[in-house]
Amino acid sequence: MPREGIPIPTPYERMSKTQVEQIHDASMQILVNPGIISFNSEAADVFHANGADVTFVRDNDNPHWLIKIPEELVLRAVKAAPKTVKLAARNKDNDLILNGKESRVFFVSGSESNIWLDAAFESYTKKSNPAVEIQVPEFHPRRGTVQDLCYAGQLCEHLESLDAFIRPVNIQDKDITEDNKDVNKYFASLNNTTKHVMAGLTSLAQLDNVVRMAEIVAGGKHQLSDNPIISFITCLVKSPLQFINNTTQTLIELSRRGLPTVVSVAPQGGTTAPITEAGIIAQINAEILAGITLSQLVHKGTPVIYGSVPARARMDDLNDSYGAPESSQYNIDCVQMARFYQLPCYSTAGVSDVKTPGIQSSVERLFSDIVVTLSGPQYLHCAYGLLDKNAVFCPLQAVLDDAHFQIIKFFLRPPQINDQEISNTLSQIREVMGTSQKLYIRHIRHVLRSGQLSPLYPFESGNAGDSVLALAQNRMEKLLARPVAHINPDITREVFSEIPGILPRLNIYK
Amino acid sequence: MGEDIIALLKEAVIQGRRTSSDEGVDDDMVGKPAVVELTQSAIENHIGMDVIITQGLTSGMQVVGEKFATQEYFIPDMLASAEAVSEAMDILRPHMEKANIESKGKLVIATVQGDLHDIGKNIVATLLRGAGYEVNDLGIDIPAKKIVEVIRKDKPNFLGLSALLTTTMVAMGEVIEALKESNLRDNVRVLIGGAAVSEEFAREIGADAYCLDGFHAIEVLESFKEG
Repeated sequence: MPREGIPIPTPYERMSKTQVEQIHDASMQILVNPGIISFNSEAADVFHANGADVTFVRDNDNPHWLIKIPEELVLRAVKAAPKTVKLAARNKDNDLILNGKESRVFFVSGSESNIWLDAAFESYTKKSNPAVEIQVPEFHPRRGTVQDLCYAGQLCEHLESLDAFIRPVNIQDKDITEDNKDVNKYFASLNNTTKHVMAGLTSLAQLDNVVRMAEIVAGGKHQLSDNPIISFITCLVKSPLQFINNTTQTLIELSRRGLPTVVSVAPQGGTTAPITEAGIIAQINAEILAGITLSQLVHKGTPVIYGSVPARARMDDLNDSYGAPESSQYNIDCVQMARFYQLPCYSTAGVSDVKTPGIQSSVERLFSDIVVTLSGPQYLHCAYGLLDKNAVFCPLQAVLDDAHFQIIKFFLRPPQINDQEISNTLSQIREVMGTSQKLYIRHIRHVLRSGQLSPLYPFESGNAGDSVLALAQNRMEKLLARPVAHINPDITREVFSEIPGILPRLNIYK
Repeated sequence: MGEDIIALLKEAVIQGRRTSSDEGVDDDMVGKPAVVELTQSAIENHIGMDVIITQGLTSGMQVVGEKFATQEYFIPDMLASAEAVSEAMDILRPHMEKANIESKGKLVIATVQGDLHDIGKNIVATLLRGAGYEVNDLGIDIPAKKIVEVIRKDKPNFLGLSALLTTTMVAMGEVIEALKESNLRDNVRVLIGGAAVSEEFAREIGADAYCLDGFHAIEVLESFKEG
């Protein structure tokens, strides 16, 4: 049985039907004028062969093609793209089915930050009363390693609310190069979680090795095709409206192989896209649809996911501000556009602008987590542990996020109102009104025991102090101490003998 | 036979089941005899009052307290058990009098004049009954005069006063003054509780103790005995 996710029967939408159509029309106009600049020749050839108006622009520094994509081509591609995408996992109970026609949300980690943030708790004594001692968290940033990625996989394996794994940390060990990064990041991820593994590809030259590794782990070529335990993220568009050469080639190759791929676009409102809601949504929708169209022209029916990562610019430093409410507005609108095309949507929430866990990070991430979840994206990424505008992954924060997602999941349970419930309620009210104390407390017990009541906040302090971070750290350590079902020794041996470049220290059997 | 009944009685207290129609904590308990039926059965089988109370009811409540401390049980469970014990004590009381066994003590409890809130007060009353105290709950919005009358007539060991509002907490001091004027203050220990009051306020008005909640009230009453 695949994971259930959270059904959202009536998703929160900001735009009216008319406004959705206006955005669609604007996107179609953008794809014709100014069109898409492509630095990839094969994409230009594909579009040209399918009737798009393609012009070569001989710019000495940046020769490129200008592609004007007609609406008819886009609509044909949208029609051809699968409405349901399966993302399988080593443990079948962790499979995900993303259905573009159904708003059912899965929560996912992400998304390759360079910095891993450790927390340590130091004791401080009060100057005026040395008998008073408190624990204060200190945070220590360092560059992420492949071992950190293993820890992240193990941690995410045990975070109950997390449905799939996108590596949250970039591996920057001295012996990691462009030539071995992909096989190491996919192996470290697959070996440390039994949930679905999604990642971006660093080097197209490594694609066949990564796919072969996944085939070995999945049990063969056909098994991987039927149960894709890995998938890919391609950021082929550099906003505004430019196909980058190498990532566009990656999308083309992934499409040829029929592997599930997110066509992810990340414009920043104010710099690489208009800051207005209408402007950024019209542009990002055009950019994503251009990528999806390319994928379907290369291989009709290849599984693609509508990937939207829009954020507003901060006015003080022009960095991404995921904590700004406008970023959530942008994301919610993109979910609505994906629903308009009935395509599964990869959306973004839970990133904070602040550098360390605390009140600001909880406020910003919980706000976006709630509102974007309510909009009903099928695949909600970036939601665990990311801080500092996506630059930092803090495992302690990921544990806090898991607790917050448990609350969101609980809140989104469907209401239990039916004839039987009403009948029971009337009996209960009449019974209680006949007693002297007129209290319903006795009737709590049945509800409590049947799991219908939300539990206490797991990191609540027993006294007046705030020990949330210390308690979360304690939980993180316990989770990391739990065992993980690693890839078995025979398959591990096969992977290591057939796939070049995997670091020997990742072989847990040696 | 007697041992079986007492063991079942203790278990029924732990399950918080008053009568056989109650669910309890574990599955499939409905229909099995609970505290009321087992207490009656214990009396019919001539089991001693002290055995019923100490090995059945009190011993069961002790386990409930332990489960509450480890968060296996919550307030509703504690109250359900206390209610069940309270009903058992009502059944046992006439037999206790015959056998010359005294209760842990008599307590009169009331929400003071001007205040209509009673959830906290009711919970405290239930817990104290469950702990073996004889509780006379006067209700809400009770004037000082009425409280003084009851103290004079019933001669309880303890008086519990409750107030939720900062505007009504002053009535607690008025009750204590009225007791002094009637020369009854030394006959009864006065405990106060409620969201508006504090340890400091208890000292200010001359109460004997401030109770944070029902569990604290039990501790305070036990400490009076020891003291």
